[in-house]
Amino acid sequence: MSDTCRHRPLIQPGVQVILIRMHDEQLTVGLFVTCLVDLMRPSVGFAAVKLLENAGCRVVVPAQQTCCGQPAFNSGASAEAKAVARQVIDAFRDVDYVVAPSGSCAGMIKTHYPELFADEPAQAAAVAALAAKTYELTSFLVDVLRQKPAAGTYPVAATYHDSCSGLRELGVKAQPRYLLSKLEGLSLTEIPSAETCCGFGGLFCVKYTDISAKMVDAKVDDIAASGAKLVLGGDMGCLMNIAGRLQRRGLAVEVRHVAEVLAGSADDAPAIGESDGKP
Amino acid sequence: MTAAADPARAAMLARIQGALGRGAPSEEQRRRVLQRCAAPSANLIPARGRENDRIAQFIAEAERVNATTGRLAGWSAVPAAVAETLSAARLPPRLRMVDDARLASLAWPADLAVATGKAVDGDRASLAVAFAGIAETGTVMLLSSPSSPATLNFLPEMHIVILPEQAIVGAYEDAWANLRTALGAGVMPRVVNWITGPSRTADIEQTLLLGAHGPRLLHILLLAEA
Amino acid sequence: MQSKAHTFTANARAALADEPLQAALARFQGGFPVKRRAAIDRLPEFDALRDAGKAIKDAALANLDIYLEQFEAKVVAAGGHVHWCEDAAAARQTVIDLCREAGAKTITKAKSMIGEEIAINEALAAAGFTPIETDLGEYIIQLRDEAPSHIIVPAVHLSKEQVAESFRAHHRDLPAERPLSEPQAMLDEARAILRQAFLTADVGITGANMLIAETGSTVLVTNEGNADLTQTLPRMQIVIASIEKVVPTLEDAATVLRLLARSATGQELSVYTTFTTGPKRGDDLDGPAAFHVILLDNGRSRMLGGPFAEMLRCIRCGACLNHCPVYSAVGGHAYGWVYPGPMGSVLTPNLIGLAGTSDLPNASTLCGRCEEVCPMRIPLPRMLRQLRRDAFASGGGPKPMRAGLAAWAFVAGRPWLYRLATGLGVRILGLLGRRHGRFRRLPGASGWTAVRDLPAPAGRTFQALWTERNGARQ
Repeated sequence: MSDTCRHRPLIQPGVQVILIRMHDEQLTVGLFVTCLVDLMRPSVGFAAVKLLENAGCRVVVPAQQTCCGQPAFNSGASAEAKAVARQVIDAFRDVDYVVAPSGSCAGMIKTHYPELFADEPAQAAAVAALAAKTYELTSFLVDVLRQKPAAGTYPVAATYHDSCSGLRELGVKAQPRYLLSKLEGLSLTEIPSAETCCGFGGLFCVKYTDISAKMVDAKVDDIAASGAKLVLGGDMGCLMNIAGRLQRRGLAVEVRHVAEVLAGSADDAPAIGESDGKP
Repeated sequence: MTAAADPARAAMLARIQGALGRGAPSEEQRRRVLQRCAAPSANLIPARGRENDRIAQFIAEAERVNATTGRLAGWSAVPAAVAETLSAARLPPRLRMVDDARLASLAWPADLAVATGKAVDGDRASLAVAFAGIAETGTVMLLSSPSSPATLNFLPEMHIVILPEQAIVGAYEDAWANLRTALGAGVMPRVVNWITGPSRTADIEQTLLLGAHGPRLLHILLLAEA
Repeated sequence: MQSKAHTFTANARAALADEPLQAALARFQGGFPVKRRAAIDRLPEFDALRDAGKAIKDAALANLDIYLEQFEAKVVAAGGHVHWCEDAAAARQTVIDLCREAGAKTITKAKSMIGEEIAINEALAAAGFTPIETDLGEYIIQLRDEAPSHIIVPAVHLSKEQVAESFRAHHRDLPAERPLSEPQAMLDEARAILRQAFLTADVGITGANMLIAETGSTVLVTNEGNADLTQTLPRMQIVIASIEKVVPTLEDAATVLRLLARSATGQELSVYTTFTTGPKRGDDLDGPAAFHVILLDNGRSRMLGGPFAEMLRCIRCGACLNHCPVYSAVGGHAYGWVYPGPMGSVLTPNLIGLAGTSDLPNASTLCGRCEEVCPMRIPLPRMLRQLRRDAFASGGGPKPMRAGLAAWAFVAGRPWLYRLATGLGVRILGLLGRRHGRFRRLPGASGWTAVRDLPAPAGRTFQALWTERNGARQ
C-alpha cells in the first residue's frame, strides 16, 4: 500500500452529510466521460453508466463536456486549460455528483482545478463545489455509494495497474480490488510494480518516447512474469500505453478498463487494441 | 571583516528579509523566535525511544548494525575483556585509550601495551568511554575533550567503547537533556560523535563492506556497575 | 560545472543505450526503496515524524535570517568564522583564500553537494591545490573526472569492473597484476591510499547536513567515517553549507535525523553522525586549529518568498531519485547538472535559470511518487508544473507542441466543433483500424507508434452513441 493512502479514510469528510440529505432521493450523477473513453472506447462509458444505474443513480451526460483540460494544465498552458475547465464547471453545475471512469481526469478536477483557479477568487466557490462532488468511478461506488462487490463469473488470471493520479491524488487502491473480489474465477496477482508509473504521463509518452518505452517495458516485464492474461486498470491512457507495448512485443495479454469487467459487459467490445474479428 | 561591515552578509540578510516580507527583525521579534533555542523542547519521540528494557533494546539495535557487544560486571573486568577482544580479532596486544582515571587505575595485563593520547597512524585498536548509549538505534554517543580525542573513534581498525548501562537512554532527546545537565545549557563539546555500528560503504555496486575509512570493528562493553 | 541540461533528450537517449549504465540502474532499483520500506515499517510514527520535520524546516525558513545570525554568533563564540557568500564564485574565492592562508598543498574533501554546486574541485586545482575526495564513491568519480550521478551514492552508475579499471589507471605505483575483481580489494586499496591523504592533508573541506542555531554546531552524516577524518586531522576545517541547512535546536536535528537515513538508504541512522562546534580547544590533542563555515546563498534567498520556497526544506536524502521511474530509466547524468531526479528538476532551474533547463521539469510523468516518499513532504509535482507554466509563459517549449495545444484548446473549447472533428476523426480511424484493432504506424502519431501499437478507436464516440440511444431520455 502506498505511503499516502495508508491512513486515508475511505469516506471523505462531508460526504456523510450529503448522503443523509439525499437519503430517499435518487442521486443524479453527471458522467464525465473523459476524452479518451469518448473517442477511443465508448464501451467503458456505457459500462460506467450501467454500474451507476445498477447502484440506483440517475445518470446524465452533459453534452457540452469535452476534456478536463489536463493536457494543457500539465504543459503549463494555464489559459488554455482554464478555458476548457470553465466548460466543465458549467456543464456539471446542477448534478449531485460528477463521476469519471478515470483517476487522472477526476484528479484533475478534484485536486488541480482549485490550483488552476487559485488566482480567480470569483470562481473559488464553484470550483470547490465541483471538486467536492467529483469522484473516480470505483471510489464513488465504494466510498460514497457503499456498494458491495457484485457476484459474477470471470475466469481469468488478472493483474491490476494502479494509475498514478487515482492512487496518489485520490487514494484509489483498494476500491477496484474490493469490487472485483466476488467475481468467480478471477484471480488477481499483484505485480511488484503495480504502483509504479507505466510511462504514459499524457504528452510525456510522445515527447520522451524512449524513456516512456523503458518505463512501460518494466511494467510489461512484470506483467509477463506474473503469468496474468488480463491487465485491468481505471485509466484509458495507461491502459492504451500498456496494451500498445504488450502488443508491440507480441505478448498475448489482454488489457481492459476495470469498469467493463465490473459491469459484466466485457463481451461488448474486444480488449483494448484487439479486433472484434468482423471484417 | 566584522560582520556588520560585510556587504555580502548584509545583502543576503536583506534578500531573506525581503522574501519573508519584513525588514530586519526587532529585538522583540528576535527574542521571541530565539526562545525556541533558549528553551529547546522535544518534538515527537517515537515509541521505540520509550521502551522499558533499554539495555536489551540497545544491544539488539547495535548488533543489527554489525556492532558486537559484551556485558561486564564493572570496571575491573575491563582489562581482561579488552585483551580477549583484541586477541579474538587477531589484533596485536596494543591499545590506545582515552585518558580516564577509571581506566588508568585498572590492573592492565603486562602483555597488553596501553597508551593514551590521540590516535596516530598504525594504531590498530582504541578504547573510549561513551557519554551515553541511545537505545532507539543502538547508538553510542562520545564527547571529544583533551582526554578523549576524536581521532580515537576513527583511525584504528577496532574501536572498543565502554558504555555504563546507567548511561543508556531511550531516545536522542534524552541524550541531549543529559548533555545539558552535564555541561550546562548551550555548551557543546568540540565534537559529539553518534556512532551506530562500524564504518561501512556500499559505493561499489551496492556491495556492503565494513571498515571503509573508520573502524572495521565496533565492540561495545556494557558495564552493569559503573 | 557546465550544465548539459539543454541536451536532456539526447543525454537520455544515450543513457538508455548505455548497457553498463542500464545494468547498474537495474541493480540499484531493488536496493534503497526496499530498505526504506523496511525501515519505515519498523517506525510506525514515520508519517507523524514527516509532519514534525516539515514543521521544523518551515519554522527555520520563516525566520531564516534570525537563525542564521544566531548560528553565526555561536560559531564565533566557539572560536570559528562564518563567511557569507552570495554566489558560487564568492564561495570558491573564499575557500581558495582560506586554503592559501593555511599554506595548504593537499586538501581532503568529504562528499558535499554544495562542493559540486560551486565546482570547488576544479577551482582548487586551478589555484594550484590538490583536492582529494575521500568518500569512496566520490573518489572513484574524481579519478574518472565525472560528476556524481546520485546525490548520496555518486558512483551508482558504475560497475565494479569500471572501478577496477580506474584504479589500475591511476594507482600506478601498485603492482599491475594485483587481483582487483572484488569490491573488497578495491576498498582496501582505496582505504590505504586515502589514509595517507588524510594524514598529510593541510585543509579538510566538508559539507553539512544541518547547521544548528542553538549551539553553532554543524551536523555531518556519513557511513564511511571519511568526513570525520577529513575534519579532524588537518590544520583547518572548512564547512561549505547552503543557508537553508539551518535548524533551530539539537532536538530539531534529532527529528530530521530520524527521517534522513531511513529515507536515504533505509538505515535507521547513518553510522557516523557528527556534531562539530568550533575549532580545536585549548588542551585538545586533535582537531583543526581553524574552523570556517561558508554560508552559500546562490539563489536560495530568491526562492524563499516564491512558489519554490518549500524546496528549501529538502534534506538531500535522495528518496525522490530512488523512487523516480525516470531517474531509474536514465540515471543521474542525463539531467545534465549537479542535482538529478525530481529534486534536481526543481532545483536546477531555480539555481541556474529555466533557459536551457526547461526539459527537466517536463521530463516527468508527474506520477507523484517523489512527493509520496519525500520525508519533508515537498510538493515536487506541483513545482514541476509551476516550472512548466513559467516556461510556457516565457514562450518556451517546442513550437509544434505550442501550436498543437493552441489548436486543441480552440477545438476543445467549442463542443460543437469538438463533436464534429472527433466524430469524423474516430470514424475514419475506426474504419482504418478495424481489421487489426490497432495501428503499428500512423502518420502524425510516430511519438506513440515508434514503440507501441496504437489501439484503433471503436468508430463512434461515446457522446454520439449516447445521444442516439438516449436522445429521448435527455
